[in-house]
Formats: sequence, structure tokens, C-alpha cells
Amino acid sequence: MIPTEYYIFLGSGLFTIGVIGVLTRRNVLIILMSIELILNAVNINLVALSQYFRSVDGQVFAIFVITDAAAEAAVGLGLIIALFRNKETVNADEIDLLKW
Amino acid sequence: MLELGTFIVLSVIALVSAIFVITRHNAVHSAIWLVVTLFAVGGIFLLQHAEFLFAVQIILYVGGIMVLFLFVVMLVDIDVALKQARFARQWQVALVTAVLLLAIVGYALYNHGQGLNLPARPMVNAPAQNTQAVGMALYQNYMLPVEIASVLLLVAMVGAVIMAKRKLE
Repeated sequence: MIPTEYYIFLGSGLFTIGVIGVLTRRNVLIILMSIELILNAVNINLVALSQYFRSVDGQVFAIFVITDAAAEAAVGLGLIIALFRNKETVNADEIDLLKW
Repeated sequence: MLELGTFIVLSVIALVSAIFVITRHNAVHSAIWLVVTLFAVGGIFLLQHAEFLFAVQIILYVGGIMVLFLFVVMLVDIDVALKQARFARQWQVALVTAVLLLAIVGYALYNHGQGLNLPARPMVNAPAQNTQAVGMALYQNYMLPVEIASVLLLVAMVGAVIMAKRKLE
């Protein structure tokens, strides 16, 4: 039996790597991939605590998180295609139309 | 003991490939490493007897979302991005902030060596059939959220189609 803390440490490590990816990368596609890493870290925590409390509610929440990830990926990638068509770039710091 | 060894191997694979995801130059390589991370996380679900979530992770994430990602990575021009700098100007500040975040979360979890202080676990047995239990929960207690999730997916589908269309009439 692995202590629940180990899973939560793993989750926080994966979450931090995802946050570093979102904050430091310039490529919008890799920023979206880092968001997927963050969502997976959340899922690890949900499943670990669901296992600890011997109930499936946490796993049901993880399924909803995966549903959201699918919706977010579809809309985000559609946005990237529209953006690339209009500005010919996938760099986050060249998309600064609203910055004065 | 075997369980702990499996956990350590899977978490090392997950963390190392996650680091590769955010450091590779080529977005295609990042996507492949993300597939490795997702497989390792799926293995961790399996280790916790969440068999249904393991199947969902493989079919939906690896089979669906990652194929979508690879399609878009290859649609947009990757040759230009390869010649440019990988990291944004603020990467040092961002790294310090993220490590600080990890330190704070780690300190809170460590809690002077006491761990999480979770409430006592209830004295019920875990459901024997994971898939059956998840299905029961989804279609009995979580009926309305399932319907809302289906509406969300419909909205996302329409939104993605509108966004990727060439010109709005």
C-alpha cells in the first residue's frame, strides 16, 4: 500500500513542470501541451484521494476533467489554426495586439 | 514492495518525460514525449485500481487528443519555429516563481513530517468492480453533470469548427 502523500507529491511535481512550461515557452502549441500536463497532475490527486476514501466520486470527477481537456484541446487548436492563418506565427510573445 | 517499485519507476518516467515535453525544440518531439507521460500517468491509475480511468486515459488522451495535437503541429509551419529561441524573455523569473510554488506546496504537504493529516478512511470495502461502480455513479448520482458535459462537448465542437473555418459568411 503506497501512502497517499506520495501520489500527491508526484501530482505537485507534475503540476509545477506544467506551470514552468506555460510560463517559459514561446510556442503556443507547447503551452497547450503544458496545460494537459497540469490537468493530468490534478487527475493523479483526484484518483489518489478517491482511492483513500474508498469511493469512486473522485474518479468520476477525473472523467469530467478529461472531458474538459478534450473540449479545451479542440477549441484551443481551432484558435491556433485561425491565429496562424491571420498572423503567420505560433509565438506567444508576437501576439500582442492588445498590448500598448 | 513490488507496488512501491512500480510506482517509483512510473513516476520517474512521468516526471522525466514531462521535463522533455517542455524543453524540446521541435513541437513534434514534445508531443511524442507527452504521449509517454500520459502512458505513465495511465499506469499510475492502474496501480490505484482505477481500471476504467486507465482505459479512458489511453483511448481518449493518447488516441484522441494527442492525434489532434500532432495534426495541428504538422499543419502549422514548424520550420520557422525551429530557428527561433525556445524560451520567452522572462524565463528566469518564471522558473524561480514555479520552484517557489513547488517549495510552498511541498512544505505544506510535508507538515513537519506528519503528512497530510487526512481524516480516517471509512470502514467500507472498495467496490469490487471498478468499471461497474463508476458507471453506476455516472448514471445515478452524476446524471445532470453528465448531460452538462455532453452539452459542453457539443459547444466545443461547434466552436472549433467555426474557429477553423476559412471565412465567416
